[in-house]
This record gives sequence, C-alpha cells and structure tokens, in this order.
Amino acid sequence: MSRKITIEPITRVEGHGKVTIKLDDQNKVSEARLHVVEFRGFERFVQGRPYWEASVLVQRLCGICPVSHHLCASKALDRIVGVSSDELTPTADKMRRLMHYGQFFQSHVLHFFYLASPDLLFGVNSDPAQRNIVGVIKAFPELAKKAVLMRKFGQEIIQATAGKKIHGTGAIPGGINRHLTVKEKDHFISGAADYNANLMVDWALEGLELFKSYHKKNQTWVDGFASFESNYMSLVRKDGALDLYHGGLRAIDSEGNKIFDHVDYQEYHKYITEEVRSWSYMKFPFFTSLGPSKGWYRVGPLARLNTCDFIPSPLAQKEFENYKAYTSGKPNGNSMHMHWARLIETLHAAEMIRDLLIDPDLYSGELEKKGSRRSEGVGVLEAPRGTLFHHYKVDENDLITMCNLIVSTTSNNEAMNRSVKWVADHVLDGQSEIPEGMLNQVEVAIRAYDPCLSCATHAVGQMPLIVNLEDETGKILDQKVRDGV
Amino acid sequence: MEQGHIKINIDGREIIAKEGQSIVQAARDNGIFIPTLCDFKSLQPAGTCRMCLVKVGERYVSACTTIVSQGMSVENESVELKENRKSLIEMLFVEGNHMCPSCEKSGNCQLQALAYRYQMTAPRYPFSFTQRKIDASLPYLVVEHNRCIQCLRCVRGVKAKDGHDIFGFIDRGGAIHISVDTTDTEAATEVIAQKAMDICPVGALIKKGGAYRVPIGERKYDNEVIGSDVEKERDKV
Ligand code: SF4
Ligand code: FES
Repeated sequence: MSRKITIEPITRVEGHGKVTIKLDDQNKVSEARLHVVEFRGFERFVQGRPYWEASVLVQRLCGICPVSHHLCASKALDRIVGVSSDELTPTADKMRRLMHYGQFFQSHVLHFFYLASPDLLFGVNSDPAQRNIVGVIKAFPELAKKAVLMRKFGQEIIQATAGKKIHGTGAIPGGINRHLTVKEKDHFISGAADYNANLMVDWALEGLELFKSYHKKNQTWVDGFASFESNYMSLVRKDGALDLYHGGLRAIDSEGNKIFDHVDYQEYHKYITEEVRSWSYMKFPFFTSLGPSKGWYRVGPLARLNTCDFIPSPLAQKEFENYKAYTSGKPNGNSMHMHWARLIETLHAAEMIRDLLIDPDLYSGELEKKGSRRSEGVGVLEAPRGTLFHHYKVDENDLITMCNLIVSTTSNNEAMNRSVKWVADHVLDGQSEIPEGMLNQVEVAIRAYDPCLSCATHAVGQMPLIVNLEDETGKILDQKVRDGV
Repeated sequence: MEQGHIKINIDGREIIAKEGQSIVQAARDNGIFIPTLCDFKSLQPAGTCRMCLVKVGERYVSACTTIVSQGMSVENESVELKENRKSLIEMLFVEGNHMCPSCEKSGNCQLQALAYRYQMTAPRYPFSFTQRKIDASLPYLVVEHNRCIQCLRCVRGVKAKDGHDIFGFIDRGGAIHISVDTTDTEAATEVIAQKAMDICPVGALIKKGGAYRVPIGERKYDNEVIGSDVEKERDKV
C-alpha cells in the first residue's frame, strides 16, 4: 500500500506552496513534490497594455523583489526603444545599478537576518516560539538593531533611485528618470549618525562572521544538509566577474565544466526549455542541450559564486577566495552554503553602493537614450534569488502581444523538489509516522533558496505547516499541524 | 463696491464676486476651493461630473454651471457635501478600471488627487469590472477607455486648427465612450496628442513615449493637496 504525506503551508496571503511526499509499501519515499500556485496569469495580464507600462506593472508580481522585476522589464524595454542595456548613458547605468544593489542588500539582509538567522542562532530544532525574528530581537538586541538599520539603508537607496521604497518608477525604457541629489549622497555617506554606507560594509562582514562561527560549530550539518550536485547558471561580466546587473549567460556542470558561456541573453530560448508538469503552476526549466533529466540547474547565490571567476570588490573577493578554497575550487553543491554565498554577495553589494555613491555620474549627465524601435526585447539580470528573465513582443501600435517570464524561483524549482526529497529520504525513510522535526527540516531546506513563495516569507519566522500522512485512498493516518507564530 | 460686482456668501463668509461668474470662479478668486473635474479654465462649463455640487438654499446645484447672484448663500464645506463628494469619487473609481500604480498620469491625475483630498481609502461600492478597450492605433495618442470619466474636456477643448471637433462622444448611458475623428489628419499629430493629454484630468488620453519621465516626488500632487494652490490665495484676498 503506498502512502501520501502532504505538507501544506497555510498563509494569510494568496500564493502558497504545498508539499506532497509519496511513500511506497515499505514506507520508502518514492517521490517528493513542491506544488506552487504563484505567478499564474501574469503574462496574460500585461498583454494588450502599452509596453512602457510593463516595467511598472510587473512589480506587482512580487512584493518582495519588485525592484528586480522593474529593472529586468526595463532592460527588455531598452531593447524595444532600440538601445541595449550596455549602451545606456553612464548616469542611467549607474543609477540603475545603485537601485539594484540597494535591492540586493535589503533583500539578502531580510533573508539572512530575519528568516535564516533564527535557525542559526537558536538551532534548527529549537522551539519555533523562539526561533523567529522576535526571538532574535529579545536575545540579540544589538544584532537585531543592525539588521533593521541595514534593511532601512537598502530601502532608502531604492527610494532615492526609484522614487519609492516599493513600486517606484525610476527606470524608464532607455534610461532613468532622475539623478541622485547631493543631499541624498550626504545622507547615505555621513548624514545619519547610526547608519551609513561604511557601516553597512562593516555590518555585512559581521553577518559573515556570524555564519562562519556557526559553520565551525556545526560543520557536518551545514556541509551535509540537503547537499547535492547540480548544474548552475548566472550572468557573468565579459571578464568573468560576478555582475549582478548585466552580462552574458554562463552555465556550468557539477564539475565546473562550461555548458555554455557568454551567451547573449536575447537568445536564451535557444539554450533553455521550460517544461510544464501537470501538478505545479511553476514550470521546470532545463538546458535544452542536456534534456530535462540532466539539464536542470540552480540559480541564485550558490550558483553565482560557482559560475563567476572573481568578485570585483576587494573585501568580497577576499571572502570569495576563502569560500572557494573550502571546496578546493570545485562548484559548491552544499545547499546550506547558500547562506554563506548570500552573505558574501551582501558584502559585495555594500561595497558597490559605497563606491557608487561617490561617482560623479550619479549627480549629472544624460538620463536617456533612444535608438530604432524593435518589436521584441529580452531583459535578464541577477535578482537576489537568481537569474531573472523578462521577454516581451510589441506590436506596431506599442501594445504588448507576448510576455514570457522565468523567475528565479522557477529555475530553482527542481532543486527545491530535490531538497524536499533529500529531507524525506533522510528523516522519513522507513517510518510510518511523521517524525518530530520533519517540518522544520523541510522548511529549512526550502528556505535556503529564499523562494519568493509568500508562504516562505510572509510568516514571521516560521512557515505554518500541515503534514498529512495518507494512505492510497486518501485516508489520513497521521497528521501534524504547526501554526505560524 | 465696484460696478458689476456683487456680494455672495460661501459657508458664512461674505465675498465679492463678479457678475456673470460661476460659483466656482467666484470662489476661486476668493481663495475658496470647490472641487471640479469637468470644469476647465475658460471652456464653456458642461456640468457633467457633479463633483462641484454645492447647496444654494435647499437646492443642490453644480457650482460650475450656476451663475452667482446678489446675496446668494452657498454651502460648500459641510460634512454632508464632503461625504457626497467622496462617494462620487468612489463611484468614478469603481465604474472605470483605474490602476493608479501603473498609470502614466499617477501623481498628476485630478481624480487620484481628489481621492487623496477626500481621504478615500477603498471604494465602498462594488467594482463594475467592465472591460473597455485601449486604442493605441494613432501614432502619438493612446485612448485608454478604461480610465475615461466622460468629462467632455477633450471634446470641448481640443479642436483642429479650423475649429472643428477632433473628439466626440458616441452611444449613450453605460455604453457611452469618446471617439477620435481619425479621418482628420490633425488627430495623428504630436501637438494634438500633447494637448489631449494635458486637458484630460485622468489618464484616459496619453501621449506615447513620455511615460514616467517626472520622478515620484516631483509630480504635481506629490507634495501638495489638490486645491491648496487656490486656498493659498485666501490670505491674500
Ligand atoms: S478622455 Fe479624458 S478629457 Fe476626454 S472625456 Fe474622457 S476623461 Fe474627459
Ligand atoms: S465640475 Fe461642475 S459638474 Fe463637473
């Protein structure tokens, strides 16, 4: 008799994931699936709208990384108005980068300090009532205060470049609509007494130290938990450097061999196929040349530090070297190292922000460029959670006729499923009851990807979960329920 | 009092008005704001939107079409009238499809600005969800029927060089919508598109290619409440 366990995060908002684990007669895990019901219909929704609305409309896709969508759509629209994103004026390019680094910084900080640090500070199996940001504030008030100010700093960078902390309008097709003011510069560099651009770099380093000391004490767990090999993909700069905003696509296998390199992302559809599976709204993309079973890949911090050759900011580069040395230069498949990679990127973003703020191009210079109109454009950038694709076709009246998005979490779809399978294999196998701690581990495994499922991020501290153990007929044999705190 | 001037009273305050003026104009000259949507500068008033409803005696009248008369007593800022105005704004919102966050006119839209002034949070009426067309076939002009409030400002104010109409209305009742005379070559010009966008109080007429050029924070109503320009003059009067 085969059995089915369903883990269902219940949320106060739309869009939630649901985990089903199938057991065979010997209670062995035969399959693990993460069902996702997000992003449905958005590509239809923008059809028939004037193309310039896309970069403002698509931000509504996500309350967590609206800036990534705003900038990615703008990059696609640059093509429509006849400019490539690397031909923008220096002012436009740098203002957009500043906005992007601000977003990266605040998003990574949110993830690490608010969502992941409770696991690290209190232990993955500790009481969920404490294992959340509220617990962190009580037990580590200094750290919590820094986390709050770091987020605030990132959000203020976004506001200064996009006009608003969320759902701004800064980037326009072919450019940007404003300069940074000297007053804003002063505020970020020295204006606020308790937080500024230099402190952000220091605090990002402190975050890294927090992870490293945790790693030292829990090496086996951190290295082993939900660890598996995969392919990886990200943008890299022409010289192979990490570039979060622009570059060519690079894909490598688990040994570090290049599958493709410096691919012009306008041609992404020649390299990536999106597979639809009946049980999830989220597609499963794979590298066309390798096929669906071998061609799945990971994106995000882990992937980026696997694909890039170096990081173009000194402190992050130093940390990158240590990080690479840990796996002897080989691609790193340890899912929990995602946090490590994320913190190195946080440091990189802080360094980039600090250096950009003193760049004169932000304060004067041409904002916008135009070329000859095209009917199609693809925009790609590295969002905090990984490579993000926006693809539009526009008719002669300027209305959108086609939109295709591959969001980062979609690229990580297969990997998240495998992570759940890993947990099920290790925790559940051979047992007919849902063991204590299983829910936590599923949560930790999925959370490493910082998926933009509302369920993973909207709940303070922990995902509310239901685990159902069912037999073939759907009869519930065992159930564990955990509400959000 | 000068020749041709009369005295009227708005909310208990006595003001001097010019004979032949509408209540809206007289109020404005005296630093009193009466909200309007269809009324526009020197255009012949149309009285289509009812935003400017005030009370004269026991009667509700539209202040943009009602001419002042000696001794007239006008109620403008009462709780009841404010509530009426808020309801009207809400009805305009539910009747159309207004997506403020992505609208090119956001921050410069009078409907949105009035919603802020009258502190509309969410409409109390059900949305009609009527899907209307967006017509972008002209080279410079987008007509977004989802956002039109049928104020007739474009019909009255945007004319061809020889004075004939470019915008008109077709159908009646719920099906009423504006139409553009595309047989007129001027309809296809950038000048007309700009004029149309400028005169439209909402985002129903949009000139192509200029969206979101004004950063958030620098748009017309980002920093001042609609009507505050009129009210600022009050102390000077
Ligand atoms: S298009 Fe604009 S100006 Fe013309 S009637 Fe509609 S809302 Fe009024
Ligand atoms: S402004 Fe008076 S009716 Fe519209």
